[in-house]
Amino acid sequence: MSTASQPTALIKTEVLYSGLFILGLIAPFAIYPTFLMKLFCFALFASAFNLLLGFAGLLSFGHAAFLGTAGYVCGLMVRDVGVTPEIGILAGTVCAGLLGWVFGILAIRRTGIYFAMITLALAQMVYFVVLQIKATGGEDGLQGVPRGHLFGLIDLSDNIAMYYLVYAVFSIGFFIIYRTIHSPFGQILKAIRENEPRAISLGYDVNKFKLMAFVISASLAGLAGATKTLIFQLASLSDVHWHTSGEVVLMTLLGGLGTILGPAVGSATIVTLQNELADKVGSWVTVIMGTIFVVCVLAFRRGIVGEIQALIQRAGIR
Amino acid sequence: MTVKKLISVACTAALATLSAGAQAQISGGVVKIGVLTDLSGTYSDLAGSGAVLATKMAVEDFIAKEKPNFKIEVVSADHQNKADIASNKAREWFEREGVDTATELVTTSVALAVMKVAKEKERIALMSGPASTPITNEQCNDVTVHYTYDTYALANGTARAVTKQGGRSWFFLTADYAFGQALEKDAAAVVTANGGKVLGSVRHPFPGSDFSSFLLKAQSSGAQVIGLANAGADTTNAIKQAAEFGITPTQSLAGLLMFITDIHSLGLRTTQGMYLTEGFYWDLNDETRAWSKRFFGVQKKMPTMVQAGQYSSVYHYLSAIKAAGTDDTKKVMTQMKKMPINDFFAKNGTIREDGRMVHDMYLMQVKKPSESKYPWDYYNVRQTIPAAEAFQPLSQSRCPLVKK
Repeated sequence: MSTASQPTALIKTEVLYSGLFILGLIAPFAIYPTFLMKLFCFALFASAFNLLLGFAGLLSFGHAAFLGTAGYVCGLMVRDVGVTPEIGILAGTVCAGLLGWVFGILAIRRTGIYFAMITLALAQMVYFVVLQIKATGGEDGLQGVPRGHLFGLIDLSDNIAMYYLVYAVFSIGFFIIYRTIHSPFGQILKAIRENEPRAISLGYDVNKFKLMAFVISASLAGLAGATKTLIFQLASLSDVHWHTSGEVVLMTLLGGLGTILGPAVGSATIVTLQNELADKVGSWVTVIMGTIFVVCVLAFRRGIVGEIQALIQRAGIR
Repeated sequence: MTVKKLISVACTAALATLSAGAQAQISGGVVKIGVLTDLSGTYSDLAGSGAVLATKMAVEDFIAKEKPNFKIEVVSADHQNKADIASNKAREWFEREGVDTATELVTTSVALAVMKVAKEKERIALMSGPASTPITNEQCNDVTVHYTYDTYALANGTARAVTKQGGRSWFFLTADYAFGQALEKDAAAVVTANGGKVLGSVRHPFPGSDFSSFLLKAQSSGAQVIGLANAGADTTNAIKQAAEFGITPTQSLAGLLMFITDIHSLGLRTTQGMYLTEGFYWDLNDETRAWSKRFFGVQKKMPTMVQAGQYSSVYHYLSAIKAAGTDDTKKVMTQMKKMPINDFFAKNGTIREDGRMVHDMYLMQVKKPSESKYPWDYYNVRQTIPAAEAFQPLSQSRCPLVKK
């Protein structure tokens, strides 16, 4: 049975992904590009977070620190040092990765709620630093970051050009996550998530794998943050605030924890709601989001994508 | 020959219809005003839905009084105090929906983000809500009008007046971040310049909730005045706790950034005797009372200076479009800077080259509960601070647009 269904399932996923990819290529002609760009940034951010929570079972409550740090670093590099955007993004990503390594070393020594609290505490320190030092502009945020010219050639102030850069960044990030999950490394992460003592007894250096996963996740969150700064030409304090760390948990749970497309779907839902409801219901946005979250947690435990997958599976068995 | 003639006739006809259609050259045939404000967070009381209402009132009044030959539309959105949401929305408004001006913009990070987008898209930003002085200094541009107030006007107005009226020794309670420190620095300079003395200051974490140890320090300093160099919930919490510690009757508090909504929520018992500077008070004269009562009829709250300023700025903007006969950004800005502002909100207000609208400010002292005769009767007007003194003089401006 499995020999026959495995290849067809693979082909189906390939068709699904290529379909989505093409959809993304033509999307800016139908939907407002700046909105789409924001959506992709959060989708990448949530996917990076999901790599850690959904596949390694580590709940980080400090992911905003990576998003924000990379955003500020990228913004400062592009605005004040005058590097091209791709160098800025790279610098932001590397800094987020390094920060992730520091966070990781300290946090992976504990599990569960302690792990979450350590990441939160460290992220709050980052928030404090960003609020206090002069370079980040305190609560005014880092403003007036030019989009610049990609490789010194392509003018990114054009929304469509910017869109394709963001889309490329997202696709690369997403591909990295996809490959990580489907590699032997990803399998070991899943093994650790399911049963850590057994993974240890099989001879795996669990902490090394956890740290690796943490650094990859932090770097990709940073990639999203750096790109976001270029899109909006600003980095603001809300990027490093713990609200953002909470929001990414919400996005991931809503879309489907531990599914590949889930976080992207979840973040798309949240960002769309935030954007669309902003001028329609005003202060009810937060109430509506809260309700959606409660309903999702109570009724669709697996999240949007998780439920759909379960439905398809059930249909397949029949 | 005939063909040529035909073409020229056709061209003339086309030109004629074009010029007829563009009588008052309004892009898209409609002036669209976007109110980008905080509808759900900390500032929703002092701006929020009241600012949207004020905008609608301004548009209604303008149509009724001036009978313009163009249509006016108002759209609004909640920026949730997030700069990226605000920047996204403003961009969408300018690029997609033909919005001509983004207004209100409370929260400095939002204001700074939107004014950059406005400059890029050559549209106008009318700011009634934000407080920061960088808007008309380092970050200034030629499409922004900072209308109602700023931290300089509030802090300096209060500090100068209180010092002159005998509050000679000061102690500052400062929120420990750039904004609080700047507020303290500005106010302290004014205190010393007017013959007062700063005995010291203490910095509290931002945001803070427990001010006990900081307040005790302030109390033991023996200063006559405790200056609150913070904002929002920090200020209201500090005031509440100061009352509980029994500081307020012996030492007086001076709020450097406060609004009537803060007084309303704290009550007169805790705030009595406090000095603060406002750009508007509903109970100043018949004109302000008449307008404010209309506002109250819908909102069930008296207007703040931000909301009154919002009305005034929108009305002035529309008048400028009518006078200029176009909604072209450059021409409207020139017209707005040329015309003085005379309405219930401001008398002889003018918009300077740095985008700062200057008008008289008022030094208020909060009434004792026994003095308050009717709802929202909160202030005694102690002094009118003339426009020339109220705002940062152009000679100190750090705005590159100002020619020295």
